[in-house]
Amino acid sequence: MRGNAELHELVAPGSLAAVLDLLAADPGQWTPIAGGTELMVAFSAGRLTSRKLVNLWGIPDLRTIEVTPKSVAIGAAATFLDLRKHAAINVELPLLAKAASWIGSVANQSRATLGGNLVNGSPAADSSPALLAYDAEIETISVRGRRKVPYSEFHTGYKRTVLAADELLYAIHLPRRFAHHRQYLRKVGTRRAMAIAKVALGATALVEQGVIREIRLGAASLAPYPTRLRQTEAALLGQALTRETVLAARRALYAEVQPIDDIRSTADYRRRVAVNLLEEFLLELRRGGSQP
Amino acid sequence: MSANGSANIGARCPAIRFTLNGERRTVNVPPMKRLLDVLREDLHLTGTKEGCGEGECGSCAVRMNGDLVNSCLVPVLQAEGAEIQTVEGLALDGDLHPLQETFLHNGGAQCGICTPGMLMASAQLLSHGPHPSEAEIREGLAGNLCRCTGYMRIFESVAAAAAKSDASAEEPVLEPSQNAR
Repeated sequence: MRGNAELHELVAPGSLAAVLDLLAADPGQWTPIAGGTELMVAFSAGRLTSRKLVNLWGIPDLRTIEVTPKSVAIGAAATFLDLRKHAAINVELPLLAKAASWIGSVANQSRATLGGNLVNGSPAADSSPALLAYDAEIETISVRGRRKVPYSEFHTGYKRTVLAADELLYAIHLPRRFAHHRQYLRKVGTRRAMAIAKVALGATALVEQGVIREIRLGAASLAPYPTRLRQTEAALLGQALTRETVLAARRALYAEVQPIDDIRSTADYRRRVAVNLLEEFLLELRRGGSQP
Repeated sequence: MSANGSANIGARCPAIRFTLNGERRTVNVPPMKRLLDVLREDLHLTGTKEGCGEGECGSCAVRMNGDLVNSCLVPVLQAEGAEIQTVEGLALDGDLHPLQETFLHNGGAQCGICTPGMLMASAQLLSHGPHPSEAEIREGLAGNLCRCTGYMRIFESVAAAAAKSDASAEEPVLEPSQNAR
Protein backbone atom coordinates (compact mmCIF):
# COMPACT_ATOMS: atom_id res chain seq x y z
CA MET A 1 0.00 0.00 0.00
CA ARG A 2 1.48 3.29 -1.13
CA GLY A 3 0.81 6.53 0.65
CA ASN A 4 -1.51 8.93 -1.15
CA ALA A 5 -0.46 12.58 -0.81
CA GLU A 6 -4.00 13.71 -1.56
CA LEU A 7 -5.26 12.17 1.65
CA HIS A 8 -2.95 14.22 3.86
CA GLU A 9 -3.00 17.91 4.53
CA LEU A 10 0.35 19.60 5.13
CA VAL A 11 0.44 23.25 6.08
CA ALA A 12 3.31 25.65 6.73
CA PRO A 13 2.17 28.51 8.95
CA GLY A 14 5.74 29.83 8.74
CA SER A 15 6.50 31.16 12.19
CA LEU A 16 6.79 29.30 15.48
CA ALA A 17 4.04 31.49 16.97
CA ALA A 18 1.68 30.59 14.13
CA VAL A 19 2.40 26.88 14.59
CA LEU A 20 1.66 27.15 18.32
CA ASP A 21 -1.61 28.98 17.61
CA LEU A 22 -2.65 26.18 15.28
CA LEU A 23 -1.84 23.53 17.88
CA ALA A 24 -3.73 25.46 20.56
CA ALA A 25 -6.81 25.99 18.38
CA ASP A 26 -7.14 22.32 17.58
CA PRO A 27 -5.17 20.33 20.20
CA GLY A 28 -4.22 16.82 19.19
CA GLN A 29 -5.37 17.24 15.58
CA TRP A 30 -2.04 18.24 14.05
CA THR A 31 1.13 16.20 13.76
CA PRO A 32 4.28 18.32 13.57
CA ILE A 33 6.78 17.23 10.90
CA ALA A 34 10.41 18.38 10.73
CA GLY A 35 12.97 16.36 8.74
CA GLY A 36 10.50 13.64 7.86
CA THR A 37 12.89 10.72 8.39
CA GLU A 38 10.30 8.97 10.54
CA LEU A 39 6.90 10.22 9.35
CA MET A 40 7.70 10.06 5.63
CA VAL A 41 8.73 6.42 5.98
CA ALA A 42 5.28 5.71 7.39
CA PHE A 43 3.72 7.84 4.65
CA SER A 44 5.55 6.03 1.84
CA ALA A 45 4.35 2.71 3.19
CA GLY A 46 0.76 3.94 3.41
CA ARG A 47 0.62 3.64 7.19
CA LEU A 48 0.75 7.30 8.25
CA THR A 49 -2.40 7.71 10.31
CA SER A 50 -2.06 11.50 10.77
CA ARG A 51 -4.23 13.28 8.22
CA LYS A 52 -3.19 16.81 9.22
CA LEU A 53 0.47 17.76 9.42
CA VAL A 54 2.11 21.04 10.28
CA ASN A 55 5.57 21.86 8.98
CA LEU A 56 8.43 22.73 11.35
CA TRP A 57 11.26 22.45 8.80
CA GLY A 58 12.75 25.83 8.04
CA ILE A 59 11.56 27.63 11.19
CA PRO A 60 14.75 29.40 12.31
CA ASP A 61 13.82 29.62 16.05
CA LEU A 62 13.87 25.84 16.23
CA ARG A 63 17.17 25.27 14.45
CA THR A 64 19.62 26.92 16.81
CA ILE A 65 22.60 25.86 18.88
CA GLU A 66 23.39 28.37 21.58
CA VAL A 67 26.35 28.13 23.93
CA THR A 68 26.00 30.01 27.22
CA PRO A 69 28.42 29.90 30.18
CA LYS A 70 26.38 27.16 31.85
CA SER A 71 24.81 25.17 29.06
CA VAL A 72 24.53 24.28 25.42
CA ALA A 73 20.96 24.81 24.24
CA ILE A 74 20.03 22.88 21.12
CA GLY A 75 16.87 23.82 19.23
CA ALA A 76 14.56 20.87 18.67
CA ALA A 77 14.90 21.08 14.88
CA ALA A 78 18.72 21.18 14.84
CA THR A 79 19.81 18.31 12.60
CA PHE A 80 22.31 15.65 13.53
CA LEU A 81 24.61 17.10 10.88
CA ASP A 82 24.33 20.47 12.66
CA LEU A 83 25.43 18.72 15.88
CA ARG A 84 28.33 16.94 14.20
CA LYS A 85 29.59 20.21 12.72
CA HIS A 86 29.40 22.19 15.97
CA ALA A 87 32.77 22.84 17.62
CA ALA A 88 31.61 23.06 21.25
CA ILE A 89 29.56 19.88 20.94
CA ASN A 90 32.53 17.99 19.54
CA VAL A 91 34.85 19.24 22.28
CA GLU A 92 32.62 19.26 25.36
CA LEU A 93 29.85 16.81 24.55
CA PRO A 94 31.68 14.19 22.50
CA LEU A 95 29.14 11.50 23.33
CA LEU A 96 26.44 13.52 21.60
CA ALA A 97 28.65 14.09 18.56
CA LYS A 98 29.31 10.36 18.45
CA ALA A 99 25.60 9.53 18.75
CA ALA A 100 24.86 11.97 15.93
CA SER A 101 27.29 10.05 13.71
CA TRP A 102 25.25 6.88 14.33
CA ILE A 103 22.07 8.28 12.80
CA GLY A 104 21.39 6.49 9.51
CA SER A 105 23.72 7.99 6.92
CA VAL A 106 24.75 11.44 5.71
CA ALA A 107 21.43 11.87 3.86
CA ASN A 108 19.51 11.08 7.05
CA GLN A 109 21.74 13.19 9.31
CA SER A 110 21.09 16.24 7.13
CA ARG A 111 17.35 15.95 7.78
CA ALA A 112 16.79 14.05 11.03
CA THR A 113 16.45 16.36 14.03
CA LEU A 114 17.38 15.88 17.67
CA GLY A 115 13.87 16.84 18.75
CA GLY A 116 12.33 14.40 16.30
CA ASN A 117 14.47 11.58 17.65
CA LEU A 118 13.14 12.26 21.16
CA VAL A 119 9.51 12.98 20.34
CA ASN A 120 9.32 9.83 18.24
CA GLY A 121 10.08 8.03 21.48
CA SER A 122 11.69 4.89 20.13
CA PRO A 123 13.24 2.75 22.89
CA ALA A 124 16.26 2.45 20.57
CA ALA A 125 16.73 6.19 19.94
CA ASP A 126 20.39 6.85 19.10
CA SER A 127 20.67 10.18 20.88
CA SER A 128 19.04 9.13 24.15
CA PRO A 129 21.87 7.35 26.02
CA ALA A 130 24.16 10.36 25.55
CA LEU A 131 21.47 12.83 26.64
CA LEU A 132 20.71 10.75 29.74
CA ALA A 133 24.41 10.49 30.59
CA TYR A 134 24.74 14.27 30.26
CA ASP A 135 21.70 14.97 32.48
CA ALA A 136 19.92 16.85 29.70
CA GLU A 137 16.87 18.99 30.31
CA ILE A 138 13.95 19.34 27.90
CA GLU A 139 12.21 22.65 27.28
CA THR A 140 8.71 22.58 25.83
CA ILE A 141 6.71 25.45 24.38
CA SER A 142 3.03 26.22 23.78
CA VAL A 143 0.83 29.30 23.75
CA ARG A 144 0.64 28.77 27.52
CA GLY A 145 4.38 29.35 27.83
CA ARG A 146 7.50 27.27 28.30
CA ARG A 147 8.38 24.63 30.86
CA LYS A 148 11.37 22.45 31.60
CA VAL A 149 11.54 18.79 32.57
CA PRO A 150 14.56 16.58 33.11
CA TYR A 151 15.07 14.42 30.02
CA SER A 152 15.09 11.37 32.30
CA GLU A 153 11.39 12.11 32.97
CA PHE A 154 10.44 13.00 29.38
CA HIS A 155 9.47 9.49 28.28
CA THR A 156 6.55 8.05 30.22
CA GLY A 157 5.93 4.80 28.36
CA TYR A 158 6.41 3.08 25.01
CA LYS A 159 6.26 5.95 22.47
CA ARG A 160 4.70 8.20 25.12
CA THR A 161 6.09 11.48 26.44
CA VAL A 162 5.10 14.30 28.79
CA LEU A 163 4.27 16.57 25.83
CA ALA A 164 0.71 17.93 25.97
CA ALA A 165 -1.39 17.99 22.80
CA ASP A 166 -0.72 21.70 22.24
CA GLU A 167 3.01 21.58 23.05
CA LEU A 168 6.13 21.33 20.95
CA LEU A 169 9.54 20.24 22.08
CA TYR A 170 11.44 23.53 21.94
CA ALA A 171 15.02 22.93 23.05
CA ILE A 172 17.35 20.44 24.68
CA HIS A 173 19.66 21.91 27.34
CA LEU A 174 22.96 20.24 28.16
CA PRO A 175 24.87 21.46 31.22
CA ARG A 176 28.52 22.33 30.59
CA ARG A 177 29.91 20.53 33.62
CA PHE A 178 31.16 17.25 32.23
CA ALA A 179 34.64 18.33 31.13
CA HIS A 180 36.26 16.34 33.96
CA HIS A 181 33.95 13.36 33.82
CA ARG A 182 34.96 10.06 32.32
CA GLN A 183 32.63 9.36 29.41
CA TYR A 184 31.52 6.30 27.52
CA LEU A 185 29.10 5.51 24.70
CA ARG A 186 28.74 2.37 22.70
CA LYS A 187 26.05 0.99 20.42
CA VAL A 188 25.75 -2.61 19.36
CA GLY A 189 23.89 -3.15 16.09
CA THR A 190 24.16 -5.28 12.97
CA ARG A 191 26.23 -2.77 11.00
CA ARG A 192 27.75 0.59 11.71
CA ALA A 193 25.62 2.65 9.31
CA MET A 194 21.84 2.54 8.98
CA ALA A 195 21.28 -0.08 11.71
CA ILE A 196 18.95 0.38 14.64
CA ALA A 197 20.55 -0.42 18.00
CA LYS A 198 20.16 -3.83 19.58
CA VAL A 199 21.56 -2.21 22.75
CA ALA A 200 23.29 1.09 23.52
CA LEU A 201 24.81 2.38 26.73
CA GLY A 202 26.00 5.87 27.59
CA ALA A 203 27.79 6.81 30.80
CA THR A 204 29.48 9.67 32.59
CA ALA A 205 31.31 9.29 35.89
CA LEU A 206 33.40 11.33 38.27
CA VAL A 207 36.09 9.27 39.99
CA GLU A 208 38.19 10.56 42.91
CA GLN A 209 40.95 8.43 44.40
CA GLY A 210 39.45 5.32 42.92
CA VAL A 211 35.96 6.00 44.29
CA ILE A 212 32.92 6.75 42.12
CA ARG A 213 31.58 10.12 43.25
CA GLU A 214 29.05 10.65 40.47
CA ILE A 215 27.64 8.31 37.84
CA ARG A 216 24.92 8.44 35.20
CA LEU A 217 24.01 5.50 33.02
CA GLY A 218 21.68 5.96 30.03
CA ALA A 219 20.38 2.98 28.10
CA ALA A 220 18.57 2.34 24.83
CA SER A 221 16.62 -0.81 23.93
CA LEU A 222 16.70 -2.13 27.50
CA ALA A 223 13.25 -0.91 28.52
CA PRO A 224 10.05 0.31 26.78
CA TYR A 225 11.68 3.73 26.51
CA PRO A 226 15.18 5.19 26.86
CA THR A 227 15.98 5.26 30.56
CA ARG A 228 18.54 5.93 33.28
CA LEU A 229 19.66 2.80 35.08
CA ARG A 230 19.06 4.11 38.60
CA GLN A 231 19.51 0.87 40.50
CA THR A 232 22.78 0.12 38.77
CA GLU A 233 23.92 3.67 39.46
CA ALA A 234 23.02 3.17 43.15
CA ALA A 235 25.13 0.02 43.24
CA LEU A 236 28.12 2.03 42.03
CA LEU A 237 27.78 5.40 43.75
CA GLY A 238 30.33 5.91 46.51
CA GLN A 239 31.98 2.56 45.80
CA ALA A 240 35.65 1.91 45.20
CA LEU A 241 36.37 0.55 41.74
CA THR A 242 37.12 -2.99 42.87
CA ARG A 243 36.45 -6.30 41.17
CA GLU A 244 33.61 -6.83 43.67
CA THR A 245 32.00 -3.50 42.74
CA VAL A 246 32.08 -4.44 39.08
CA LEU A 247 30.42 -7.77 39.82
CA ALA A 248 27.76 -6.13 41.99
CA ALA A 249 27.04 -3.61 39.23
CA ARG A 250 26.74 -6.41 36.66
CA ARG A 251 24.18 -8.13 38.86
CA ALA A 252 22.28 -4.89 39.46
CA LEU A 253 22.05 -4.12 35.75
CA TYR A 254 21.03 -7.67 34.90
CA ALA A 255 18.16 -7.42 37.38
CA GLU A 256 17.16 -3.87 36.49
CA VAL A 257 16.69 -3.95 32.72
CA GLN A 258 13.59 -5.26 30.90
CA PRO A 259 14.58 -5.81 27.28
CA ILE A 260 12.31 -7.57 24.80
CA ASP A 261 12.61 -10.16 22.03
CA ASP A 262 12.02 -8.58 18.63
CA ILE A 263 13.22 -8.76 15.03
CA ARG A 264 16.54 -7.15 15.91
CA SER A 265 17.59 -9.23 18.87
CA THR A 266 16.53 -11.25 21.89
CA ALA A 267 15.98 -10.11 25.47
CA ASP A 268 18.66 -12.51 26.66
CA TYR A 269 21.28 -11.26 24.19
CA ARG A 270 20.48 -7.63 24.98
CA ARG A 271 20.82 -8.24 28.72
CA ARG A 272 24.15 -10.01 28.33
CA VAL A 273 25.56 -7.38 25.99
CA ALA A 274 24.40 -4.55 28.26
CA VAL A 275 26.16 -6.13 31.21
CA ASN A 276 29.33 -6.47 29.15
CA LEU A 277 29.16 -2.84 27.98
CA LEU A 278 28.86 -1.71 31.59
CA GLU A 279 31.83 -3.85 32.56
CA GLU A 280 33.84 -2.47 29.66
CA PHE A 281 33.20 1.06 30.95
CA LEU A 282 34.01 0.18 34.57
CA LEU A 283 37.23 -1.59 33.61
CA GLU A 284 38.23 1.47 31.60
CA LEU A 285 37.56 3.57 34.70
CA ARG A 286 39.75 1.24 36.77
CA ARG A 287 42.58 1.66 34.29
CA GLY A 288 42.05 5.43 34.34
CA GLY A 289 40.75 5.45 30.75
CA SER A 290 37.53 6.68 29.12
CA GLN A 291 38.75 10.24 29.04
CA PRO A 292 36.32 12.58 27.38
CA MET B 1 -8.90 8.93 -4.65
CA SER B 2 -11.42 10.53 -2.35
CA ALA B 3 -13.86 7.71 -1.66
CA ASN B 4 -13.63 8.47 2.04
CA GLY B 5 -14.78 12.04 1.61
CA SER B 6 -11.45 13.86 1.78
CA ALA B 7 -11.76 15.47 -1.62
CA ASN B 8 -11.44 18.89 -0.06
CA ILE B 9 -7.93 18.00 1.10
CA GLY B 10 -6.86 16.68 -2.28
CA ALA B 11 -8.12 19.81 -3.92
CA ARG B 12 -5.40 21.90 -2.30
CA CYS B 13 -2.45 22.02 -4.66
CA PRO B 14 -0.63 25.25 -3.95
CA ALA B 15 2.12 26.50 -6.21
CA ILE B 16 5.49 25.34 -4.89
CA ARG B 17 8.56 26.99 -6.32
CA PHE B 18 12.19 25.89 -6.27
CA THR B 19 15.31 25.96 -8.35
CA LEU B 20 16.09 22.66 -10.03
CA ASN B 21 19.47 22.16 -11.66
CA GLY B 22 19.80 25.92 -12.02
CA GLU B 23 16.33 26.52 -13.49
CA ARG B 24 13.37 27.99 -11.63
CA ARG B 25 10.42 25.61 -11.56
CA THR B 26 6.89 25.81 -10.22
CA VAL B 27 4.71 22.79 -9.52
CA ASN B 28 1.09 22.59 -8.40
CA VAL B 29 0.91 19.36 -6.42
CA PRO B 30 -0.32 18.14 -3.02
CA PRO B 31 2.15 19.46 -0.39
CA MET B 32 2.72 15.97 1.01
CA LYS B 33 3.75 14.55 -2.37
CA ARG B 34 7.26 13.19 -2.10
CA LEU B 35 9.95 15.24 -3.82
CA LEU B 36 11.00 11.98 -5.50
CA ASP B 37 7.59 11.60 -7.15
CA VAL B 38 7.42 15.27 -8.14
CA LEU B 39 10.81 14.94 -9.85
CA ARG B 40 9.87 11.77 -11.69
CA GLU B 41 6.15 12.20 -12.41
CA ASP B 42 5.61 15.94 -12.64
CA LEU B 43 8.98 17.12 -13.92
CA HIS B 44 9.82 13.94 -15.86
CA LEU B 45 13.35 13.72 -14.50
CA THR B 46 13.62 9.98 -14.07
CA GLY B 47 17.34 9.87 -13.29
CA THR B 48 16.49 9.88 -9.58
CA LYS B 49 15.46 6.32 -8.69
CA GLU B 50 13.18 4.84 -6.09
CA GLY B 51 14.68 1.91 -4.23
CA CYS B 52 13.33 1.25 -0.76
CA GLY B 53 11.13 4.30 -0.25
CA GLU B 54 12.20 4.48 3.38
CA GLY B 55 15.54 6.27 3.46
CA GLU B 56 17.65 3.13 3.72
CA CYS B 57 19.11 2.70 0.22
CA GLY B 58 20.04 6.15 -1.09
CA SER B 59 18.87 5.54 -4.69
CA CYS B 60 16.75 8.69 -4.55
CA ALA B 61 19.47 10.93 -3.09
CA VAL B 62 19.57 14.49 -4.41
CA ARG B 63 21.19 17.64 -3.13
CA MET B 64 18.96 20.25 -1.52
CA ASN B 65 20.41 23.55 -0.33
CA GLY B 66 23.87 21.98 -0.26
CA ASP B 67 22.81 18.93 1.77
CA LEU B 68 22.45 15.38 0.57
CA VAL B 69 18.86 14.24 1.16
CA ASN B 70 16.79 11.19 0.33
CA SER B 71 14.06 12.65 -1.87
CA CYS B 72 11.64 9.87 -0.88
CA LEU B 73 11.52 11.39 2.61
CA VAL B 74 11.01 15.03 1.60
CA PRO B 75 7.43 16.30 1.34
CA VAL B 76 7.62 18.69 -1.59
CA LEU B 77 6.28 21.56 0.49
CA GLN B 78 9.64 21.54 2.29
CA ALA B 79 11.40 22.15 -1.02
CA GLU B 80 9.74 25.56 -1.33
CA GLY B 81 12.46 28.06 -2.22
CA ALA B 82 15.19 25.41 -2.21
CA GLU B 83 18.10 24.86 -4.58
CA ILE B 84 17.86 21.28 -5.76
CA GLN B 85 20.35 19.34 -7.82
CA THR B 86 19.61 15.94 -9.31
CA VAL B 87 21.83 13.60 -11.31
CA GLU B 88 20.61 15.36 -14.46
CA GLY B 89 22.34 18.49 -13.18
CA LEU B 90 25.80 16.95 -12.88
CA ALA B 91 26.85 17.14 -16.52
CA LEU B 92 27.37 20.61 -17.93
CA ASP B 93 26.21 21.06 -21.52
CA GLY B 94 26.88 17.44 -22.32
CA ASP B 95 30.28 17.35 -20.63
CA LEU B 96 30.20 14.62 -18.06
CA HIS B 97 31.01 15.47 -14.47
CA PRO B 98 34.41 14.06 -13.39
CA LEU B 99 32.59 11.55 -11.17
CA GLN B 100 30.51 10.33 -14.10
CA GLU B 101 33.73 9.87 -16.11
CA THR B 102 35.45 7.91 -13.38
CA PHE B 103 32.38 5.75 -12.61
CA LEU B 104 32.35 4.86 -16.33
CA HIS B 105 36.05 4.09 -16.56
CA ASN B 106 36.32 2.19 -13.28
CA GLY B 107 33.22 0.02 -13.57
CA GLY B 108 31.52 1.97 -10.81
CA ALA B 109 28.15 1.50 -12.50
CA GLN B 110 26.67 -1.87 -13.40
CA CYS B 111 22.88 -2.23 -13.38
CA GLY B 112 22.58 1.49 -12.76
CA ILE B 113 19.82 1.69 -10.18
CA CYS B 114 22.09 2.90 -7.38
CA THR B 115 24.27 5.01 -9.66
CA PRO B 116 22.43 8.35 -9.53
CA GLY B 117 22.35 8.24 -5.74
CA MET B 118 25.97 7.10 -5.59
CA LEU B 119 26.96 10.01 -7.83
CA MET B 120 25.06 12.56 -5.75
CA ALA B 121 26.47 11.21 -2.47
CA SER B 122 29.96 11.26 -4.02
CA ALA B 123 29.48 14.82 -5.29
CA GLN B 124 28.36 15.83 -1.80
CA LEU B 125 31.41 14.19 -0.27
CA LEU B 126 33.87 15.87 -2.65
CA SER B 127 32.19 19.24 -2.14
CA HIS B 128 33.23 19.06 1.52
CA GLY B 129 36.80 18.00 0.91
CA PRO B 130 38.37 17.23 -2.43
CA HIS B 131 40.63 14.49 -1.02
CA PRO B 132 38.64 12.12 1.15
CA SER B 133 40.35 9.16 2.81
CA GLU B 134 39.03 5.70 2.08
CA ALA B 135 37.26 5.77 5.47
CA GLU B 136 35.63 9.07 4.56
CA ILE B 137 34.51 7.69 1.20
CA ARG B 138 33.01 4.67 2.95
CA GLU B 139 31.19 6.86 5.46
CA GLY B 140 29.99 9.27 2.79
CA LEU B 141 28.49 6.40 0.79
CA ALA B 142 27.32 4.29 3.74
CA GLY B 143 23.69 5.21 3.05
CA ASN B 144 23.81 4.04 -0.57
CA LEU B 145 23.29 0.37 -1.27
CA CYS B 146 24.63 -1.43 -4.34
CA ARG B 147 23.97 -5.11 -5.08
CA CYS B 148 26.20 -5.38 -8.18
CA THR B 149 29.66 -3.96 -7.71
CA GLY B 150 30.65 -5.08 -4.23
CA TYR B 151 31.41 -1.38 -3.66
CA MET B 152 35.17 -1.51 -4.32
CA ARG B 153 34.84 -0.21 -7.87
CA ILE B 154 32.62 2.58 -6.62
CA PHE B 155 35.13 3.60 -3.95
CA GLU B 156 37.87 3.48 -6.61
CA SER B 157 35.76 5.68 -8.91
CA VAL B 158 35.38 8.32 -6.20
CA ALA B 159 39.08 8.20 -5.36
CA ALA B 160 39.91 8.56 -9.07
CA ALA B 161 37.64 11.61 -9.37
CA ALA B 162 39.29 13.12 -6.30
CA ALA B 163 42.73 12.55 -7.84
CA LYS B 164 41.53 14.14 -11.08
CA SER B 165 40.37 17.27 -9.31
CA ASP B 166 43.85 17.96 -7.93
CA ALA B 167 44.15 21.05 -10.10
CA SER B 168 40.87 22.59 -8.99
CA ALA B 169 40.29 22.26 -5.26
CA GLU B 170 36.73 23.49 -5.56
CA GLU B 171 34.35 20.81 -6.70
CA PRO B 172 32.19 22.47 -9.34
CA VAL B 173 28.80 20.76 -9.00
CA LEU B 174 26.97 23.84 -7.74
CA GLU B 175 28.14 26.86 -9.65
CA PRO B 176 27.60 30.19 -7.90
CA SER B 177 25.52 31.32 -10.85
CA GLN B 178 23.14 28.43 -10.23
CA ASN B 179 22.65 29.61 -6.67
CA ALA B 180 21.34 33.01 -7.67
CA ARG B 181 17.67 33.35 -6.92
